Order: sequence, then structure tokens, then C-alpha cells
Amino acid sequence: MTDQPHATAAGGLILPGYERPRGVHPPLNSPEYRSTALRAPKRPLVRLPQNLTEITGPLLGHERVTAADADLTSRHDGEAIGERIIVYGRVLDSDGRPVPDTLVEIWQANAAGRYRHRVDGHPAPLDPNFDGAGRCLTDSLGRYRFITIKPGPYPWGNHHNAWRPAHIHFSLFGRAFTQRLVTQMYFPGDPLFPFDPIFNSIPDPTARERLISRFDLAKTVPDWALAFEWDIVLRGAASTVFEREGER
Amino acid sequence: MSLPITPSQTVGPYLAIGLPWPDGPLAVPEGTPGAITITGLVLDGAGKPLPDALVETWQADPDGRFDHPDDPRGAVAPSVAGFRGFGRSATDADGRYRIRTLRPGPLPCQGGATEAPHLDVSVFARGLLDRVVTRIYFADEAAANAADPVLAAVDAGRRGTLIAAPAAGADGEFSFDIRLQGEGETVFFDV
Repeated sequence: MTDQPHATAAGGLILPGYERPRGVHPPLNSPEYRSTALRAPKRPLVRLPQNLTEITGPLLGHERVTAADADLTSRHDGEAIGERIIVYGRVLDSDGRPVPDTLVEIWQANAAGRYRHRVDGHPAPLDPNFDGAGRCLTDSLGRYRFITIKPGPYPWGNHHNAWRPAHIHFSLFGRAFTQRLVTQMYFPGDPLFPFDPIFNSIPDPTARERLISRFDLAKTVPDWALAFEWDIVLRGAASTVFEREGER
Repeated sequence: MSLPITPSQTVGPYLAIGLPWPDGPLAVPEGTPGAITITGLVLDGAGKPLPDALVETWQADPDGRFDHPDDPRGAVAPSVAGFRGFGRSATDADGRYRIRTLRPGPLPCQGGATEAPHLDVSVFARGLLDRVVTRIYFADEAAANAADPVLAAVDAGRRGTLIAAPAAGADGEFSFDIRLQGEGETVFFDV
């Protein structure tokens, strides 16, 4: 369910409208995820019109990225430990249009489920050859591709015997402030899905499934790496807005 | 063709691995004449600062223009060299973020109204399953703020949470705290 895209006139100028998704994102107040208790706003959100600041956004380019940034396994003298994988897919908008030249940033735990971060106290080994951060720009068809290590699941303090399913954090800009998205990609068949309050904070089970990558035998590199495909869909800037406006 | 949107998830406690950039807080290069600093704390419902949040800002240039093809007035390269319009600051151990930028210009909007100078803000943190969005306006733009349609739509008693005040004793510095919850909760927007 979404609001219909709309066009707005700004000082006589017609602006694209971005759909406002309903029932897709997790509610901020999700008590099963305990950290929301003191951090989720309690007051209702105020509807912000989509004016010039909202329909534009940072177009961060090649100066932020080198080709090596997309390979998380070869930053150091030695090879990273773990199951080498290729994670690839497309960034699209909900109108089905690819989002080209957009920055994709990822970060993750290592194969043992340990983050290279001072507050991660999980008693699992750090890998001196794995930092866990990567970035790339999508190509002209909206495609991205990373080479990394399959992250491990890890325990956390949310409740007794809480474990996060293995995941990779993704950050996306799209082309407008309205499209900004930070999310997590999961792996198919993870036995921890039913127990994870973050994954299950998404109210619609079919929407949850959209965070699970697909194992892709065709894209594996024989004798080298398995492959997982994951497409990301950002809010659409309805291409019909200008036509609709003209029909009135 | 309509594809279902990918849901949001929290950045979690380890965003510092992937998101901060060395020049992230600099929406304009250091040493740029006329640059201002916007700084403040990100606070939870108990008034405790968040040491693991990320604040991002997006704004027009001082002439009220964007270097962006979707601005129907046309994309305009910024008149100040190196102006990026985008700032990104992780909070430090004391819960403080800091953005170095230029004051944005006013913007045309619906019905011939004018939006007062403002920055759009996204806040990300562990415990936030989706970003929260707010706006920063400037206390010394009282006339423009009074005519701003977005501020006008906000409950008058809460409007002050969207206004950055000049920091005492620090020229060119503005103070803007973000209270996620509780007394003085910042106004957050559905964008």
C-alpha cells in the first residue's frame, strides 16, 4: 500500500513526487527490539511536502570510490579468512528504472561474526586481513558488485540467547533526499530468521523476504567464490507525474 | 511497472566501520569564507547523548540553487568552490555532531510561498529502525521563518525544536540539539 505519487507546483515549477510507502518500513517503536525504547520518537511524524530540498539530493561521484573498494577480501597482504562470496544486484526505483552512478556503501562482521569495532565484545577472533567495509558506484544500468566474505551470525544483548542472522549493512542514496535508505541484506535459509526482532520488525512478511538475497549458481566463479544476488528498490519518482499534470 | 520497495533496517551499533568519511562533516572546504558550523547533541528519551549516531544534512547553496538535474530551474554549479551541499557527521563519545557548511538561500515553493533557509537532516542510530528526518532553520531569520509554510504546519509550541540558535561566544556557530524522545522532542517529518 502506498500513497499515490503526486506532482507539486513550486513557485510555478512542477516537481516530481516520490511515493510515500505505507506498511513497508518497520515502525520506529518496535518494543521487541529493546534499543527502540529510549530512541524511537513518541510524537506523530509531521507530513513534509516534497519541495526542492526533498526532490534533490547529493550526487556523490567517482571521487569517493576506487575500484579496489568493492573487494573487501584483498585490502591487506594476506587473504581474508572465510567463505569468499560475490554479492551483486541492481539498484532500481519502484517504477522499475535503474538508478545509475549512485553510491553503495556496505559494512559487516567477519566470518566469525565479529565486527572490527571497539564496542564489539563478542569473544570471536578478529581477522587481520578483513576490515569489513566496502563501497562502489552503480554502473549505467544500476548494477553493483562486491567481493567479500560471508559474515557470521553473532550474539547480542537484546534478550536471552539472542543471535543476529548473518547480514551485510547497505547504505544507499538514490538521486533524491526522499530516496535515502539504510538497510541489511540477509542470506537465504538462515535458521535465525524467526527469532530476530530486527528482521521481524518489518510488519509484512513478504516485505521481509525482500531483504533476503538469492543464491545464484550461474554467477558463482568455479573453484573460487559463491554468488548471491540482491536487488534494492528505492522509492519511485513517478515518471507519470508530468503526464498526469498535463492531462488536467 | 511497479516494484515493491526495499524495507529499512537499523544502522546498528557499528556504523562507524562503514559510513564516516574523513571529510564528511565538511559540506564546504575548511577555510571557505562565510562558512558556519552547526553543532549539537543527539539525545535519547532519558536525556543521554548518543555516541553511536550519524547525522546527515542536505541543503541548497547560498543562492537557493541545487547542482541537481531534477531542480526544474536547472542545475547550477555552486558559486562557492567545493560546496557539496551534503554533510555527514558521526556523533563523538559525548554525543556531539558537527557540520561545516554555508548558509542556504531561501527557496520557492507551492502557491508562490517561499521556504526560509533550511537544511534537511537525517538521523541514523542503533535503535532507529528507519532514519528520522528533521529540518534545521536559523533563529536570525525570524521574518523568513514566520512566512515558511513547513514551520506554519508545525504546532507552534514545538516549532522551536527546528530552530538553530547562534552559539554564545562563538561567531559563525549555531547550536541545534536533536532530542529523539521525551521532553522537548524534536519535530520529525514523514517525507
